[in-house]
Amino acid sequence: MAATNNNNFSKGTDLAVILLYAIMVAIGVLCIFMVEYNPNSNWSNSFLTAKTNFSKQIYFSLFCAFIAIFILLLDSKVFTALANLSYGAGILLMLATFVLGKNINGSKSWIPIAGGFNLQPAELCKIFTALFLAKFISKPETDFKNLKSHLIAGAAIALPAVLSILQHEMGLALVYSAFIFAMYREGLPPVILIVLLSFAILVIATLLLEPTVLAIILTVIAGLFIFSMIKKFKRNKSKILIVLAIWGICFGTVRFAVPYIFNHVFECYQSTRIYSMVGKEYDCSQNKKSATPSGDHHGKKPDDYNVKQSKIAIGSGGFWGRGFLKGTQTRGKYVPEQHTDFIFTSLGEAFGFVGTFTFLALYLFFLFRLIRIAERQRSTFSRVYAYSVVGIFFFHIAVNISMTIGLFPVVGIPLPLISYGGSSLLTFTVLLFILLRLDADRQMVLR
Amino acid sequence: MYNSNRARIIQIIIGVIFSLIILQLIGLQIFSSKYVLAANNNAIFRRIIYPDRGIIFDRKKRALLENTISYDLVVIPNEAKGVDTATLCNILKISKEEYAKRMIEVIIKNSRVKLGIFEPFLSTEEYAQLTENLYRFPGFSLSERSIRNYPYNTAAHVLGYVAEVDQKFLEKHEADGYEMGDYAGMTGLEKQYETVLMGQRGVKRFLRDNKGKIQGPFEKGQFDTVAIAGRNLYTSMDVEVQQLAEKLLQHKIGSAVAINPKTGSIIAMASSPGYNPNLLTGNQRRKTIGRLLTDTARPIYNRAIKGQYPPGSTFKPMGALIALDEGLITPSFGYNCFGLYTACGDPRKCEHHNAGHAANLQLALAYSCNSYFLQVFRMAIDNPKYHNAKLGYLKWKEYVNSFGLGRKLGIDLPSENRASIPDTAQYNKDFGGAKYWNSCYMLTLGIGQDRMTATPLQLANTMAFIANEGYYYTPHFVDSVEEEDDTDKEVLAKYRTKQAVTKIPKAYFDIIKEGMHDVTVFGTAAFIKVPGHEFCAKTGTAQNPHGKNHSLFVCFAPKDNPKIAIAVVVENAGFGATWAGPIAGLLMEKYLNDTLTKESKTKVDYLANVDLMPANIKEWYIRNNKTDMLTPLNYNNDELSDIWDMEMVSEVAPIKTTVDTLKKIDTFQKNKTPNTPTPSKQKNKESAINPIQKKKKVSSK
Repeated sequence: MAATNNNNFSKGTDLAVILLYAIMVAIGVLCIFMVEYNPNSNWSNSFLTAKTNFSKQIYFSLFCAFIAIFILLLDSKVFTALANLSYGAGILLMLATFVLGKNINGSKSWIPIAGGFNLQPAELCKIFTALFLAKFISKPETDFKNLKSHLIAGAAIALPAVLSILQHEMGLALVYSAFIFAMYREGLPPVILIVLLSFAILVIATLLLEPTVLAIILTVIAGLFIFSMIKKFKRNKSKILIVLAIWGICFGTVRFAVPYIFNHVFECYQSTRIYSMVGKEYDCSQNKKSATPSGDHHGKKPDDYNVKQSKIAIGSGGFWGRGFLKGTQTRGKYVPEQHTDFIFTSLGEAFGFVGTFTFLALYLFFLFRLIRIAERQRSTFSRVYAYSVVGIFFFHIAVNISMTIGLFPVVGIPLPLISYGGSSLLTFTVLLFILLRLDADRQMVLR
Repeated sequence: MYNSNRARIIQIIIGVIFSLIILQLIGLQIFSSKYVLAANNNAIFRRIIYPDRGIIFDRKKRALLENTISYDLVVIPNEAKGVDTATLCNILKISKEEYAKRMIEVIIKNSRVKLGIFEPFLSTEEYAQLTENLYRFPGFSLSERSIRNYPYNTAAHVLGYVAEVDQKFLEKHEADGYEMGDYAGMTGLEKQYETVLMGQRGVKRFLRDNKGKIQGPFEKGQFDTVAIAGRNLYTSMDVEVQQLAEKLLQHKIGSAVAINPKTGSIIAMASSPGYNPNLLTGNQRRKTIGRLLTDTARPIYNRAIKGQYPPGSTFKPMGALIALDEGLITPSFGYNCFGLYTACGDPRKCEHHNAGHAANLQLALAYSCNSYFLQVFRMAIDNPKYHNAKLGYLKWKEYVNSFGLGRKLGIDLPSENRASIPDTAQYNKDFGGAKYWNSCYMLTLGIGQDRMTATPLQLANTMAFIANEGYYYTPHFVDSVEEEDDTDKEVLAKYRTKQAVTKIPKAYFDIIKEGMHDVTVFGTAAFIKVPGHEFCAKTGTAQNPHGKNHSLFVCFAPKDNPKIAIAVVVENAGFGATWAGPIAGLLMEKYLNDTLTKESKTKVDYLANVDLMPANIKEWYIRNNKTDMLTPLNYNNDELSDIWDMEMVSEVAPIKTTVDTLKKIDTFQKNKTPNTPTPSKQKNKESAINPIQKKKKVSSK
């Protein structure tokens, strides 16, 4: 069966996704071109010399196309076979960065390879983790309804995330939370989602309100809850204890956990960015981490310049946008890191709300298409993998765009297929085309 | 296996998050305009292109003022690294502390990344040294700007000056698009014709990057506007007459106005003390303005349109005209004056007491008989036609006002004074009601005293009125504007229509003219001659509360075809015929003959050097240790005194000239100071001089 597929690799491959992929990459190249465009220099020359980012991106995408074809030519059993191995190798590579790592933009997560290119194992590890998770859940002996399997899966996801944090790659670490989609689809109790959501609300409330005020509010809520349910509680007194326990946990989170996270886990710049989201200032002198000389240049830039400029650029696009190559903020290089993490701003400025809406609609369509693909898989492996891909893409898109429009703190997460960067483009290409390869064999049961 | 419910939930989560993002985008991109503003502030650099201001020409198309290029030393603080401060400080003659201070000022004003002015208006020498050494001062550059330049060093009061606009100005002219740092006309013609002279500023928009560097024109310049140069003004002024008037009024306080009666165009308008207009441009301004503002003699004050002087005897022709027109007297009316006018009890003196000097109107004018005109005035007020003195007075006032006295004439200069022809209300108040006064109470109005005042401009205008025999054109400087448009025509229309067309018969004007001609033949101004021309004149010696009599002189010439009407006032100088008269005579000669005889030139040199500054003003200078101010800031060097012998092409850098002039003045002054009289007896009188002086006096105690 695999042989027949190899003979005719386009059979069963989802062409719509490939088309969307191509459109996205093309949009990406155009956006990078907009960022770099300078009417005074001869850009058609630079097109060939690969000295500009957009021309490099074109070469990257050509390379990725090559890789994509290569993946489509592979036997889908390769992925199930290599899932665990690749995960192990990925973890090893991540550990290796601590020794071989090269410091790029303050994060020591890159391994220099030949030709001036650098490899970021943490990026690749997303693929490996997805494969590993798919392999683990699809194992016949795994019953993803019990807690033990949840914990194992959680640990497998947490390991590369923790390693990323140690490499000062907060954004990449956060991406691993995207696997929650796949796990939820496979049987993770919804309570966990609700608890996580409540926790998030609690954290935001902690930032917004004075600790004492919040403590009073929590106590009042708990009191009202007990008072309103007083008859039920009389019958079953242990439930009061549960309410009190929840209250205790909330209180503990507000008073101790959140301050601890901000002062000890996050670095100063991260805490500052999060506080600036809710319009507050973070006092860096409280931060124990920044006190240790880490040689991290981020520690001294406690302002929201990026987000401000990013919002200005997107906001100034208006409804119709300023037009292709006419964005003043883009031309004036007001948005830092505009070709990578803030690439969305060039789109927003040039094409306005029409452009951003169309772009988001395109991406939404893309994600829903992937979910459809996921649901049509016969094998659990493929479905879990597909949901992992959906989760990773979605997380990247949501976080990246949210941070450019001021809905989320700035974390270094690229916009998939659009942001400049070979490593990122390659990761998403491989991620996507493995899925397409698996999807081509959707009638097979892979383990 | 879990069914696809969970897939649906995942889709919903994704959908919700995307909706949130889209909501935020709607907020950012559709409903808030502030981001567009912020973006434009960020990235679009507006550079104002200043057009050259219009030029003002005299009647022979000589430029009274021009534009010249001045250079500023500008700096971008962020790029000013590795500057050879020692050399720079040396060139600019500043200390290193001053350098640091100015750098901070520039940063505060314009931020670190934008151009700021480090030193404005470089001197030629500084400019030369800086261009040579500019490579040593990274971040510094030289920037051009256009400033005014006055090749003839003259007509400062008329032309006015331009200065940087202040907050108050911006608030007042909000709609006109001025910005901080702009220059605008503040006084004189510069102010009056600001919109014409200014032209239209152009705006060029550039794209600026995050470091403040210009990337190129914004949108290929399609939003740029072109600067349109200011339009020129053409006046009937005569530079040479103007210079002569200023020169003759040196060391005196006073004013001279010359009008062409045929058009109302002003030929010359001088006010003394004055100042060299070049001293208020460029880097001279800083040094000069303080001195000009604190000077007790008020050199900035344009006495020609603001000074209020009792007309004295120069009013007599007007009084006669009223009486003639009302049929109260005939030209042969005589009055038997023997030196005193006693009809109102308290006797009033007349300068003449020989019998028959007021046997008829012509003679009375020629000899300027006070009694005669007091009588004529009383007849006008007590005119039986109007039943009572109040109505008679009102009629008389109507006449006087129609002659252009006691009201603003509407000259094209800002802040003209209307001077004063008193209202009956004032006399009612003074004398306790309309019933209680009669012509005797304000008797001396008839000889231009009492509460009557007039500006030199109004006096000159009365001469134009008489010269024209019953009408005048509103006095004005600007005859035409380059490329005149409808607005300009509207503005200039009032200067092109006849004013005060009275029905006084020509015969009456003829007799007045004859009388005024007699003044110059055998009367009070008999010794003043204009070679080749007959002229009409009237002297005036006006009593005033400030000290010695003012010396006044009004005239027009030639008698039969008047081309120039003049009024000259010299404050506290004595007889009109002694000082104001010769000055007016020389001005007429200069204008009509275009040159002066050798004799006249000697007279000019004499008059120019006569010091008639009131003693109390001199005393003020001495008391306040400001004797250097005693010499007015006029041009008074030898090169310029022979101005009529030279072809008027001034190649000399004006600033340099004035520096030389000042040096000369300084040395001149040093020799002179000990000789200046220091009268101390007049202390009680000086308090009336002016309020500034009063304040000084208080503070010096």
